[in-house]
Amino acid sequence: MADPIGIEIRNLYKIFGPQSAQLMQAVRNGMTKAELNERHHHVLGLNDINISMPAGRIQVIMGLSGSGKSTLIRHINRLIDPTAGEVIVGNQNVVTMSPEALRDFRRHKTAMVFQKFALLPNRTVLENTCYGLEVQGIPQGKRVAAAMHWLERVGLKGFEKKYPNQLSGGMQQRVGLARALANDAPILLMDEAFSALDPLIRVDMQTILLDLQKEIRKTIVFITHDLDEALRLGDSIAILRDGEIIQQGTSQDIVLRPADAYIESFVREVNRGRVIRADAAMEPASGPLPDVTVGGDCTLEDAGRLMVQSGTTRLAVRDMQTGRPAGTLSMERILAAITQRAPGHA
Amino acid sequence: MDWLTQFPQMDDNRLRDIKKIIDEAFRGFTRAYGDSIETLFEPLRIFMVQAERFMTGTPWIIVFALIIGVAWLGSRNPKVVAATAVTMLLIGYFGMWEDTMKTISMIFVCTVISIAVGIPLGIAMARWNRMQAIVNPVLDVMQTMPSFVYLIPVVMLLGIGKVPGLIAVVIYAMPPVIRLTNLGIRLVDKEMLEAADAFGSSDWQKLKNVQLPLALPTIMAGINQTIMMALAMVVIASMIGVQGLGQPVLRAISNQYFTLGVFNGFAIVGIAIIFDRVSQSFGKRLQKHSEVVHG
Ligand SMILES: Nc1ncnc2c1ncn2[C@@H]1O[C@H](COP(=O)(O)OP(=O)(O)O)[C@@H](O)[C@H]1O
Ligand SMILES: [Mg+2]
Repeated sequence: MADPIGIEIRNLYKIFGPQSAQLMQAVRNGMTKAELNERHHHVLGLNDINISMPAGRIQVIMGLSGSGKSTLIRHINRLIDPTAGEVIVGNQNVVTMSPEALRDFRRHKTAMVFQKFALLPNRTVLENTCYGLEVQGIPQGKRVAAAMHWLERVGLKGFEKKYPNQLSGGMQQRVGLARALANDAPILLMDEAFSALDPLIRVDMQTILLDLQKEIRKTIVFITHDLDEALRLGDSIAILRDGEIIQQGTSQDIVLRPADAYIESFVREVNRGRVIRADAAMEPASGPLPDVTVGGDCTLEDAGRLMVQSGTTRLAVRDMQTGRPAGTLSMERILAAITQRAPGHA
Repeated sequence: MDWLTQFPQMDDNRLRDIKKIIDEAFRGFTRAYGDSIETLFEPLRIFMVQAERFMTGTPWIIVFALIIGVAWLGSRNPKVVAATAVTMLLIGYFGMWEDTMKTISMIFVCTVISIAVGIPLGIAMARWNRMQAIVNPVLDVMQTMPSFVYLIPVVMLLGIGKVPGLIAVVIYAMPPVIRLTNLGIRLVDKEMLEAADAFGSSDWQKLKNVQLPLALPTIMAGINQTIMMALAMVVIASMIGVQGLGQPVLRAISNQYFTLGVFNGFAIVGIAIIFDRVSQSFGKRLQKHSEVVHG
């Protein structure tokens, strides 16, 4: 398996339109998306994006439709050329690559999963899964072996000979996932990969992805417009609005400390008990520790259930790194965290 | 006030001079290069002669079996195959087998040439907008110019015979392949191309794996139209020496042989319907997997 590599995006700008280069300075000087559109009829796709995506983790990029998510993820494999800025993957700058180097980079370093699956209708499931390896020039025997392995891992064993239009949407996207994984690239780009699926199937696919990630440890960039999905999948989450990043952080940061009223309005709909972790709601230990202990990554809902089962109102919380007790969690703290509203924003 | 009632046209003498100069120049060109242009088309002539020799020289039963075989492979439809068999048997029984074979070999050669030239040209048009801007008006002219008009220079250059006839038919019949190849490639879903790019496909891999396969049903529709148009040209082409079902029709017109005309006319209609049904159901089978069954 390829070693995971991180992605560093610095001062990235994208202006759509014929005179993008000339308008760059105006945007740097603070012209807004609305002004640019009104005065110059250009679209400000991305405005000064800076993100550092750690290797081997899931980076979620969340935002409403039109916020620039697809534009941003397409800069990582340069399906879209930036107007200004840098995209550093490992130690290579994607922006300055020659066409040959870029093709090589796409073949070996990245793989992509698409919202509408983008499977070739004239090819079987197996032939679709082989596509990336075929493009690389891997011999037939090897690529079939790799494709079969990943088809089995996503639960499609026995469907190799079917055509995409004979499968349901969820199954088609599993093919899309298997095709990307067969590439054995350290970076996996997923643009609203699960957005076209029914809610239940969507949760299934999230589970498959999380299970796989424990083993494959790829750097996954996952785009979604759904906060629940973002909170469930993201090791780290960036929220995009009108081409700008308005908050970056872990799911705990987003839910407990939304940066502004806009994010707060999303967060309000979230099931906090399933998102907030014990170590985010605990208080420093004082006095004797309770008998029952939970891990710091335990959700408040699970902690509450444990309290009911063991007939207690206080739990000890274990630090996930050191394994030692780090604090205590009381019933009041759980209730406070679940019912809390961010001051000032509401 | 002459110019109000009479269109102010060019002086008659000057007009006559212009026509004369152009005619002279073209005649000079014909005299100087006619022979070398004829050698240029020699391979085409050999191809035609070979195709015709095969269709007329092979025992009829083998050719018949071959046609039935192609109809089956193309359509996989017993009804189409049965209709093909009946049509071919009737044609033979009414004494038109030889002429029909000549016409089929001509259509075959014409279709091969149209595909060999038309598909690369269509690909180039899809790829470069500039190319499309240049070729489209040329295709418009090819399709609307009365065929007699371009028969004149072709006959002047190459005389009467198979090759000039073939060229006339190809000029008339090729545009649909070119146009629909271009269209088919341009209609390929943008996300499919993005996927191909994202996996690092080269231009050639993208063309071979994504654009051509996805455009194939549209291209097949173009080939089907080309075959139909080539058949429609059979009678006109026979005026400049193309043999086959067109010549008896021509004879029937000049001598007022009603039955001869009708028989040969129906033979042309018969093979046109066979070609159409077979190539259409072939195109449909290519499309089988493109229809979305589930959401
Ligand atoms: N090729 C383009 N030309 C002009 N504007 C574009 C282009 N692509 C995207 N945009 C604009 O950029 C903004 C962000 O689009 P996109 O990245 O597709 O958003 P999202 O994926 O978050 O829905 C939108 O306002 C969209 O209209
Ligand atoms: Mg999008």
